[in-house]
Amino acid sequence: MNKKFNLNFFSDQKFRSLFYQTLVVGLFALGIYYLTMTTAHNLEKRNIATGWNFLNNPAGFDISFSPFLDFKSTDTHLKVYYVGVLNTLLVSFTGCIAATILGFVIGIIRLSNNWLLSRTAYVYVEFCRNIPLILQIILWYSILLLMPRIKQAIEVVNGFFISNRGLYSPRPVYESGFSIVFFVFIVGIVASVWIAKWSKKRQEKTGERFPVLWTSLALIVLLPIVFFFILGSPITFEYPVLKGFNFKGGMVIRPEFIAMFLALSIYTGAFISETVRSGILSVTKGQREASAALGLKATWIMRLIIIPQALRVIIPPLTSQYLNLTKNSSLGIAVGYADLVHGFGGISLNQTGQAIECMVITMATYLVISLTISFFMNIYNRSIQFKEK
Amino acid sequence: MKKLLSIVAVSVFALSANAGTLDDVKNRGFLKCGVTTGLAGFAAPDDSGNWTGLDVDMCRAVAAAVFGDSSKVEFTTTTGKSRFPTLASGEIDMLARNTTWTLSRDVNLGFEFVGVNFYDGQGFMIPSSLGVSSATELDGATVCIQTGTTTELNLADFFRANNIGYEALPIETNDEARENLFAGRCDVFTTDASGLSSTRAQSDDPSKWIVLPEIISKEPLGPLVRHGDHQWGDVVRWSLNTMIIAEEFGLTQANVDDNMNSNIPEVLRILGVEGGYGDMLELSNDFAYQIIKQIGNYSESYERNVGPDTPLAIGRGLNALWTDGGILYAPPFR
Repeated sequence: MNKKFNLNFFSDQKFRSLFYQTLVVGLFALGIYYLTMTTAHNLEKRNIATGWNFLNNPAGFDISFSPFLDFKSTDTHLKVYYVGVLNTLLVSFTGCIAATILGFVIGIIRLSNNWLLSRTAYVYVEFCRNIPLILQIILWYSILLLMPRIKQAIEVVNGFFISNRGLYSPRPVYESGFSIVFFVFIVGIVASVWIAKWSKKRQEKTGERFPVLWTSLALIVLLPIVFFFILGSPITFEYPVLKGFNFKGGMVIRPEFIAMFLALSIYTGAFISETVRSGILSVTKGQREASAALGLKATWIMRLIIIPQALRVIIPPLTSQYLNLTKNSSLGIAVGYADLVHGFGGISLNQTGQAIECMVITMATYLVISLTISFFMNIYNRSIQFKEK
Repeated sequence: MKKLLSIVAVSVFALSANAGTLDDVKNRGFLKCGVTTGLAGFAAPDDSGNWTGLDVDMCRAVAAAVFGDSSKVEFTTTTGKSRFPTLASGEIDMLARNTTWTLSRDVNLGFEFVGVNFYDGQGFMIPSSLGVSSATELDGATVCIQTGTTTELNLADFFRANNIGYEALPIETNDEARENLFAGRCDVFTTDASGLSSTRAQSDDPSKWIVLPEIISKEPLGPLVRHGDHQWGDVVRWSLNTMIIAEEFGLTQANVDDNMNSNIPEVLRILGVEGGYGDMLELSNDFAYQIIKQIGNYSESYERNVGPDTPLAIGRGLNALWTDGGILYAPPFR
C-alpha cells in the first residue's frame, strides 16, 4: 500500500488539538511573564524597595487588639501578619457559628404556620439581605459607641461592666488543679461520642433506646463540675478595676469585635436562612406525610427526617456563605478592627511601601483559608450524599 | 525570544520615561493635586465646595506657575493609607498633604520631597476634664491614632521610651478621630500640633480640650513628587521657594504690580523683568509673578489659613523667616 507522506500536519486532529493547546498555554505564560517583567522594571525605575527582607524588620507600631499573641512595637512585620491572620480567623470562626445557628433557626421559623412568626422572619431576612454589609457594620458600631463612657461604666453584675470601650468581665485564673478538670471534660466528650455510636448500634439490633442526651450532659457538664469541687475549686477570678484611664485586669470584648461579629452573623444568617428554607422545601412532601402517618411528633420529623435530607441541598451554598463571611471580615477596616487587611495589608504596606509583596501575601492567605474551608465542607458534603448501591 | 521581549519592554518603558510630568500636566491643561480628606487650615472644602488651606495654596501656586492660572487644579482627596499609592501610580502629579519628610519615605518609597511648607511637631490633645498636665501621665490611656503615618511610629517610640503603656485605636481619617474622641471612645488624640489645633477648632467647645506641652517629634511637612522626574521636582520646589523669597522682599498680592520697576535686582529677577529664569524651568518667565499675584507670599497664605485671625490661631514659631526668629530660608533667586 502506498501511503503518501502527508506534510499537512493540520489534517491530523490529534496534532491540531495539541498545537492549539500549546499555543494558548504559551501565550498565557508569555502574558504572565510580560506582566512580571513590567512590574519588576517599574519598581526598579521608581526606586521602590522589593524583596521579602522587610518581614524581619521591626514594625514600629502597636496593635492593641491581639487576644492570642502579645504584640509590642519592636516585633517584626511577620508577627503583624500572624496577629492579623488570628484576628481574621477569630471573627470568621465565631461569625460562621453564630450565622449558622441563626440561619437554621430563622429558616425553620420562616416555614412556620404561625403567621406572625413567619412574617417577622421574612422582614428580618429581607432587611438584612438588602442593606450593604459595610453600612450594617457601621450601624452596629455607632450603636455600641452610644454605650456609657468609661468613667460612667454600668456594672451589670458584680465584675461585669458595659461601656463604649467594651464589655468587661472577670478573667478566670487557672490554678494547677484545673488541668485535671479539663482532662475529665475531654474524656467526657469522647465518652459521649462513643456512647452515641454504641446506643445507635444497640437500637438497630434490639430496638431499645438509650437516653443519650442526658447521659452526655451528665458526662460533659456534671462530671467536670464534680471534679472541680472535689479538687477545691482551682480557679480564681481577676476582677476589672477602673484605674486611671481604663479598667485594669479582667477580660474585655472590644466594641469593634462586637460590631463585626453582630453585623457579619446577622447579615450572613439572613442568607443562610434562605438556603435552609430552600433545602427544607426541597424535601418531597411525601416524606413529611409518611412520617406523620407513622406517628412521629413534629420535632422528630424535622430533626430525623427532613433536615438530614435537606442538608444535601443546604451544604454547597452554605460553604459559599462561609467563604463570603470570611472574606467580608476584611470590611473591619471601616471600624478599625485589626484584621489581616488592616494590619499587614494596610499599615505594614504603607510604612514599608512594599505594596506588591504585602498584597500577594494577603491574597494568598485568604485563598488558603477559603480553600481549607471548602475542603472540609466538601468532605462533609460527600459523606451526606445519596450512596448509590 | 526572551531577548526580543525584553528589548520591546525596555523600549516601551524608555519612551514613557522621557515623557516628563511637566509635559503631561501642560498637555492635560490642569494640575492633579493630592490633598487630605478634610483638615481645616491645610486642605478643606468650604460650604460651596471650594478648597482652601495651606496645602491647597501650594497646589494652586504650582498651577499658577505652569499655567498662569491658579484655578486650573483638580484636587484628589487621599487618606493616610492611599496617599502614597495614589502618587506612585501617577493618579496625581504631586502630593501636598501635610506629609512628614522622612528618610524611608524619601528613599524607600520612591518619592522626592521638594521642600517644607510647614515645620511642625507631634503633640497630644486631651479633654481638660481629665486633669492631666503632661504626656508622661498617660499610662494606660486609649489613644486615637491615624494608621500609616509617622505619628503612629512616634507614638510607639514615645511610650516605649517612657516605659508606659497605651491602647491604640486605629482610625483612618480626622473625622473618625473627632467622632471617637468626642464620644469618649479614646482619651487622647495624637497628630501634628497643627492638626490638633484644627481638630480643636472644629469641636463644639474648644476650651474643653487642651494640647499637652510635650512635642515628641520633628514633623517637617512638605509637598512631594515621584522619584526620577527632576524637572518636575524643580518646578514644585521653586514654586514653594518663590513664596518664601517673596515674603523676604516684602512682595505681596497688593504691591507686586507696583514693584515691576523696583531698584532691587533680585526683585526684578523674581518678577521676570530680567533673567529668563522661567525658561530654565520650561515655564513662562513671569511664573513667579503669577504665583505672588494670585496666591500671595508665604506669610499671606499662612495668615489666611492658619494664622492668628483664623480659628486655628497657630503662631508663626518655626515657620517664620530666618530673619524673624524662625527657620524658613530659601535659596536665592539667581
